[in-house]
Amino acid sequence: VSFGDEGCNLETGDQYNTTDLLDFRGCVYINVHFTFCPAQVPVLQRSNGPALSGLVTIATYLVREANRAELLGESAEHRAIVQQWLEYRVTKVDGCQKEDIKTILKDLNTYLEDKVYLAGNQFTLADTLMYYGIHHIIVDLAVQEKEKYVNVTRWFDHVQHYPGIRNHLPPVVVLKNRVYTGSHH
Amino acid sequence: HMKLFVSEGNPHCLKVLAVLKLTGVKCDVQHVNHEEKVVPHLSRPTLPALLLPSGMHLFSANSICRYLGEVSGQPSSDLNNQWLEWEASELQPAVAQALHLAVLQGKGSEASSALQGQLSYLEQSLCKKTTPFLTAEIVSVADVVLWAALYPILSDHGLVLGDQGKVQNWFERVGMLAACESAAQEVLQGKGLKSEALKAYMQKQPAPPHSQAQKRDNQPCNSPEVADGDRVMSEEEILSATVTWAKGLADRPMISDRQHPILPKEGKRNILVTSALPYVNNVPHLGNIIGCVLSADVYARYGRLRGWNVLYVCGTDEYGTATENKAREEGLTPQQICDKYHTVHASIYQWFQVDFDYFGRTTTEKQTQIAQNIFWRLHERGFLLEDTVEQLRCEMCQRFLADRFVEGTCPFCAYPEARGDQCDKCGKLINAVELQEPKCKVCNQTPVVRSSKHLFLDLPKLEAPLEQWLEKSMGSGDWTANAKQITRSWLRDGLKPRCITRDLKWGTPVPHPDFSDKVFYVWFDAPIGYLSITANYTDQWEKWWKNPEQVELYNFMAKDNVPFHSVVFPCSLLGAQDNYSLVNHLVATEYLNYEDTKFSKSRGVGVFGDMAKDTGIPSDVWRFYLLYLRPEGQDSAFSWADMAIKNNSELLNNLGNFINRAGMFVSKFFENCVPAMDLQPEDKRLLALVGWELKQYISLMDKVKIRDSLKCILNISRLGNQYIQVNEPWKKIKGGDTDRQRAGTVTGVSVNIACLLSVMLLPYMPTVCQTIREQLNAPPTVTATMLQGTGNFVCCLPAGHHIGVVSPLFQKLEADQIEDLKKRFGGQQVSTMVVRIYSTWPLIRPFPHQGEKVRALKGQKAEKAVIAVEVDKLLDLKKQLALAEGKNQEPDQTKGTKNTQHAPSPATTAQAVINKADPERAKELTLAVAEQVRWGAEAEN
Repeated sequence: VSFGDEGCNLETGDQYNTTDLLDFRGCVYINVHFTFCPAQVPVLQRSNGPALSGLVTIATYLVREANRAELLGESAEHRAIVQQWLEYRVTKVDGCQKEDIKTILKDLNTYLEDKVYLAGNQFTLADTLMYYGIHHIIVDLAVQEKEKYVNVTRWFDHVQHYPGIRNHLPPVVVLKNRVYTGSHH
Repeated sequence: HMKLFVSEGNPHCLKVLAVLKLTGVKCDVQHVNHEEKVVPHLSRPTLPALLLPSGMHLFSANSICRYLGEVSGQPSSDLNNQWLEWEASELQPAVAQALHLAVLQGKGSEASSALQGQLSYLEQSLCKKTTPFLTAEIVSVADVVLWAALYPILSDHGLVLGDQGKVQNWFERVGMLAACESAAQEVLQGKGLKSEALKAYMQKQPAPPHSQAQKRDNQPCNSPEVADGDRVMSEEEILSATVTWAKGLADRPMISDRQHPILPKEGKRNILVTSALPYVNNVPHLGNIIGCVLSADVYARYGRLRGWNVLYVCGTDEYGTATENKAREEGLTPQQICDKYHTVHASIYQWFQVDFDYFGRTTTEKQTQIAQNIFWRLHERGFLLEDTVEQLRCEMCQRFLADRFVEGTCPFCAYPEARGDQCDKCGKLINAVELQEPKCKVCNQTPVVRSSKHLFLDLPKLEAPLEQWLEKSMGSGDWTANAKQITRSWLRDGLKPRCITRDLKWGTPVPHPDFSDKVFYVWFDAPIGYLSITANYTDQWEKWWKNPEQVELYNFMAKDNVPFHSVVFPCSLLGAQDNYSLVNHLVATEYLNYEDTKFSKSRGVGVFGDMAKDTGIPSDVWRFYLLYLRPEGQDSAFSWADMAIKNNSELLNNLGNFINRAGMFVSKFFENCVPAMDLQPEDKRLLALVGWELKQYISLMDKVKIRDSLKCILNISRLGNQYIQVNEPWKKIKGGDTDRQRAGTVTGVSVNIACLLSVMLLPYMPTVCQTIREQLNAPPTVTATMLQGTGNFVCCLPAGHHIGVVSPLFQKLEADQIEDLKKRFGGQQVSTMVVRIYSTWPLIRPFPHQGEKVRALKGQKAEKAVIAVEVDKLLDLKKQLALAEGKNQEPDQTKGTKNTQHAPSPATTAQAVINKADPERAKELTLAVAEQVRWGAEAEN
């Protein structure tokens, strides 16, 4: 997709968010530059329409521009689940307080018990953005905690190995075999 | 069937009920208590919730509303999405704060101020619109959601909300819809803030995090102007920028040419820049180049532009086992190897335009003199210890064996192929002399245990003066965060004596008669190279190196070198007590990875210095991209696709486009002669914005934030492009007198910005800068004027100035060109790596996509032939995996890393602990003598 002379112009102060967006650039040329103010809301300037702001909005737009609409879900219901988790990411995970982290992990762990990905059995945009949003939390988990939230860890490992997803983020080591098994004795 | 769960008094339920009524979607509604747990996977009660036909739940109001909109035939537009996201992430925290204040604390007045920022944003957005609703002529889901969020507050007439007429009108327009009216009745009895149900609901909610609300309030950057890239400039800033502009070029002399030898000067800022000495036995890769020589070069060039007295020295580090081995491999003498690779290094850096004042080497007479002098001074002052170390020696090869050159049976688990430092089977650390049936890996003979006397630098004795100095240096200088952190962790663990001798031939001889067959260990010896290289440059080298009062020393390196520059080498110099200049600013980068993996010579992965020029991509573009990626603060990754994108978007479309347009307008419309400029408020505002970026650039560069300051350059050309785009000089030039004059002003200002860019860009892209200057015929005093003090954007190409011939600066990198390069530099290896990564998670579907693709095709009842192709691919992947796992004899590297933190004491062992992540480095560091190299446990992948 070409946006003509000026290209497409993305501003953000938040590195995590920028990286998120870059995953979906497809063949879209985007200039990324960091403003020096601590702006948290990314803005996408387009030459074929008004600027868009907001992580989910921009990511959704780029996915569509890149002709990867399947990443947004394939039925109305599926799309709703994807959007639900995208919203969860920006409202609950971003800027979460320390005391919220446990709840987030616990809830996700329960939710992911019978699912491969956030929106069921198919990889979607929700997985990517959640991966980026939650990476800083998972990195800090002790082995024991990773085992406690085993469904989250499995999902996370799955996503970080999905081609093209991890980019600049350091990989998180996930052990294959359980180390701590002894909550029963 | 769908079922919607709502509770009375909950403003979020107002949203969903209003949208449900508006869309007319068929759905059961069930009223429940606030505390009812409806969604099984959430631990806190969350309402509203929508049970979908599939049995899954939507559990936030906006997602439910969007879904209801979509099933009623109104798919969400980008604009609708944007408003919904803004409502959830920006408006909602403020609303929660406001409701908390108004309903529970009775502070209605504070409530309105909590919402002020968001309401004025909404007001401004509505002012720009011509439609009665947020996204269109008709009401959308976004209108209803925002209305419902604001309903409790805006419907209360007791609150004064200031001058928000548009918001008020829009709010009333939405509220008049029957759906909204009836939902408000149902949820809040039409009462807003005074609703009892709302109060009951609020009492059950946790208090909103105050700090967050404050943070958002204090963040003017979220306001639309700044988010659009338009920094708000105050009147004073604009006035001062205009005054500066009018000053024009200063009468100061141009920066004088360098005259060698450069020596410290009284009254000048004397800056000594070093870059970690690259090891001679290999071709440097891009990671080496950006970490050391290139970063230092940018800073040194910048310093010269600032008029500082800069000396930049570097050279090849040539002694050590690795050189001996390489010599054996290539059938040359170590000296011949050094001569050969020194030339290779020098020519690579020359191609990258690294402007050393002197590029020397460590195998010189001066090195011996200075190293031996420091040694004797340490010895005389009692900072050296003697100790005996047991080592394996191969009589056949006539040498002591480094751990990696021994193999034998593990004393713990009897694994027959244990290495000299660690057993691959049980993962335990092994002392090489404890191996059963040890074998030399080169000749397969059995080595013997020999005792060997070695000298140790008594670091514990030097700890106190070291800490004292570190506190001062870190406090006053610019140490990168990783440099401080690595240094502190070394000190925290306590310092231990470090061996400075080794049983080798290729090294600086130890002058002590009892150690006559030994040489200095490379890390005692190599940093002394900085001194000896300077001594080979000038006999007056001590004016730089024994002059801490006048000289500021900058060391550039990658983070693995930090301890040697912040702890070990300073201890040698402090112990020598000879008034040495110690490092003031320690600048360490993180690592640069290649695509998704590490640079590796042995696997042939990555781009190496000598190959960069074969790509046909100009040196300046390489410099730009590497500096753009500079791993400042965190690791970064080189990627071909990204390089093409940055070249095409930043260099071609942004920077090059702007400079070229500015110049072209002057030559095409004004016969190569800069037109007269009549500055309008808009132009003055631009001058202020550009001036601000210039000041940022200087303050970041002064702090060696090389990557960040590059962004300032790109911001300026972006501002310039926008300025041209908005003012359209190519149209105005065809208009009447006023228009033509406007075209002249815009062109004149633009070409002056282009000239400023040529100054700022010089440390990064020297050749391009020279070209721009020639094209613009820029006066020589430009640099000195613009980079003086905190930066001055002056009119440097005044009306009447004649420019030269303008031509494009950059070329597009085409996709197929990049694909070719990607294949040439490590395609095969990279794909093997990917397969191996999957092998770490064998229990859960090793090939998610391919497996998924096959399943999907089967599910869709696709043609058999199509399925067969994909199944073959899947089987092939599985075969590759089996192959990779079969070949993969390496144990899980992560297991051993914790253990390596506790190496046994140097007196009893010949244990070398090495950084597993980098075999080249490891080879160099592995010694047959006691060493403790404590690395920050970097597990490989």
